[in-house]
Amino acid sequence: MDLSVLWFWIVAFLFVGYFVLDGFDFGVGMSLPLLGRDETDRRVLINTIGPVWDLNETWVIVAGASLFAAFPEWYATLFSGFYLPLLLILLALIARGVSFEYRHQRPEAAWKRRFDGMITVGSALPALLWGVAFANIVQGVPLDAGHNYTGTLVDLLNPYALLGGVTTLLLFLTHGAVFVSLKTEGELRHRARHLATRAGAVTIVIATAFLLWTGLAFGTPWFWVFALVAAAALIGGWLANTRSAERTAFTLLAITVAAAVLALFSALFPEVMPASNDPANSLTIANASSSTYTLTVMSWTALIFLPLVLAYQGWTYWVFRKRVTRASIDAAAH
Amino acid sequence: MNELLDPLLLSRWQFGLTTVYHFLFVPLTIGLASTAAVFQTAWYRTGRAEYLRITRFFGSIFLINFAMGVVTGIVQEFQFGMNWSEYSRFVGDVFGAPLALEGLLAFFFEATFIGLWIFGWDKLPRGLHLATIWATAIGSIMSAYFIIAANAFMQNPVGYEMNAEKGRAELVDIWALLTNPVALAAFPHTIAASFMVAAGLIISAAAWHLARNQHLDTMRTALKFGLWTMVVAGALTTIFGDQLSLAMVATQPMKMAAAEATYDTVCAADASFSLFTLGTPDGSTELFSIRVPYLLSFLSTHTFDGCVEGINDLQADYTELYGPGDYAPIIWITYWAFRWMIGLGLLHVFIAVVGLWVTRGGRTPKQPWVWRVAIWSFPLSLAAMIVGWVFTEMGRQPWIVFSLLPTESAVSPNVSVLEVLISLVAFTLIYGALAIVEVRLVIRAIRSGPPEVGEPDPETGRVEPATTVY
Repeated sequence: MDLSVLWFWIVAFLFVGYFVLDGFDFGVGMSLPLLGRDETDRRVLINTIGPVWDLNETWVIVAGASLFAAFPEWYATLFSGFYLPLLLILLALIARGVSFEYRHQRPEAAWKRRFDGMITVGSALPALLWGVAFANIVQGVPLDAGHNYTGTLVDLLNPYALLGGVTTLLLFLTHGAVFVSLKTEGELRHRARHLATRAGAVTIVIATAFLLWTGLAFGTPWFWVFALVAAAALIGGWLANTRSAERTAFTLLAITVAAAVLALFSALFPEVMPASNDPANSLTIANASSSTYTLTVMSWTALIFLPLVLAYQGWTYWVFRKRVTRASIDAAAH
Repeated sequence: MNELLDPLLLSRWQFGLTTVYHFLFVPLTIGLASTAAVFQTAWYRTGRAEYLRITRFFGSIFLINFAMGVVTGIVQEFQFGMNWSEYSRFVGDVFGAPLALEGLLAFFFEATFIGLWIFGWDKLPRGLHLATIWATAIGSIMSAYFIIAANAFMQNPVGYEMNAEKGRAELVDIWALLTNPVALAAFPHTIAASFMVAAGLIISAAAWHLARNQHLDTMRTALKFGLWTMVVAGALTTIFGDQLSLAMVATQPMKMAAAEATYDTVCAADASFSLFTLGTPDGSTELFSIRVPYLLSFLSTHTFDGCVEGINDLQADYTELYGPGDYAPIIWITYWAFRWMIGLGLLHVFIAVVGLWVTRGGRTPKQPWVWRVAIWSFPLSLAAMIVGWVFTEMGRQPWIVFSLLPTESAVSPNVSVLEVLISLVAFTLIYGALAIVEVRLVIRAIRSGPPEVGEPDPETGRVEPATTVY
């Protein structure tokens, strides 16, 4: 296989990793005002993702750097073209990231409320905007002959892309709520399951609409395969959640996210940034990729280190596998 | 349109501001992770309460900083593409690789093990938990290597070939890229300087408590550790800084000429180093200066009869090589940044040596001036680090990649003035607000002193840590 094609799928894999992992912790952040009835609840919620949010978020840094290294043209076109949405994502990630660490530094309720708000908004905004961004990539955007984006911010906020954004927002919220039900006990666990049921029902409708739209407009055979897997896993995950099979529900929703991301990459293949105005200006795997030498170096690195990364990250999740209880939070020091 | 409203100028300001800001947290993260690792090792071996308390004290300050380092770091990666898309297209094939390696080898490692360290006190066996802080420290140092190798390519491009058809630089030798002589000198120089910054914080924090005659058991130990770290790291920073100067003279002679504001080529005794210069406002004529003869020759060539090329000669050479243009950086910035970097660095080593003298044999100085001076260690060591980077990066101008790509050709052509203005204002506001919160939290953490830990176990004599959660 051509190395640039391999790297297209490695980039897809890195975004799968990012959306599967940071997706549910965006969901936990969004669920903070919906599920947290008191300070202990909110601390329990934050501590379910406390040890892992940073490693989850690192996936986007690695995905971005890999895009830069393997497809410099794609990276340059995408990041300069989607300037303002990416700025908003950055500001949201800044606000959210520092809040986890700053929130517990002072005891005042007003102080904590401020950072709770930043966590919620800082989780919802990227959850929405990443969906908008990926839908726009699949749909295609106006590019000039130098592959520079020629549209405006308003062009990016088209109905199809907004539907994509709402889909990721709801999907991550549902996945986050299922994660909370998996990681907590008692009343909070119960409320999280109910939230997942309600959010999941809306997600099924919206996500189906988005996948159908994508398939009818840009579908390829592999798109339909992954889209069907995503849809089946979503419905299966929703059913498992209503039956309190938390581990199964979480796993199936992770498969939903992964399959949905792979479906979008399949719809894109072999282009990477289709030009909506003139196909001649499109960026493809062939004209956006790095030299064979660079891709060879990167392939060896990924081959050696990605399994290692997966191993120690998997081990981390195993170390923190226990449920976070109200009692353990109240007993612990900050 | 107002000439200040230029996407290039605004993008440069944004990159400069966000990078300097990011690098306030990076050296502290590097230095304090290792500090926590050292004291946790001491606790691991002895079980003594004071070591655990010092670990948790500097650990908490480290964590306040770490979060800022992470989130401001994402901005760094994104804005190459957002604001410098032409740069990204031109060098991505070369420059992207060390960034991807940094992510895969270092960032994942650091981000995973820091979570295990923060939350793993009661979940991991003692030895394994100790390994997580060392892993975090090693990850932070490895990430510095890759990003400095990437930066070194901008200073001294190696390991590439130009692809005329695609109009870009392409990697042909990853090993040459990773062993760039500029990187080999800049990496230990930067790491040693990072330890100076961390030592500055440790000295300042310890001095604050010792001046008030409190927490003597822990803060005396911390002070001694901070002073020795400052002296050793200061010596290493100087040695590798000297190596970096030699590499700089060999690869970017204009930067050295600009560091010294040497307009005409000078040799031997005339190659003097000016400690201080007053000139006319346009910088072309010198009015008064204090000079050390031979020193510039020695710094540049390690001989006393060497020559240092002047800005005018280099400008003529470069015009011939690269066509008409102004190839000198902004001289007053490079001149003064270079001096402040060296001056503040040496001042710190001097303060630390004095500190070791006045605290020799367990003495605790009673004179308030000692503590008043010591407390400035941290802000001044941070300032030395910042002017050092300002010198390195401003001294590279007008190039974004020396000799290959001018900065003005690197900016995103399709990003409007309004967009850059919005992002510049947004970053300035959020970074400013967070700076206020951050400084207050660090001061609060320092003032609250080392946290109490439990009583020693009557059987083993060891003190064990409490669970930590957010």
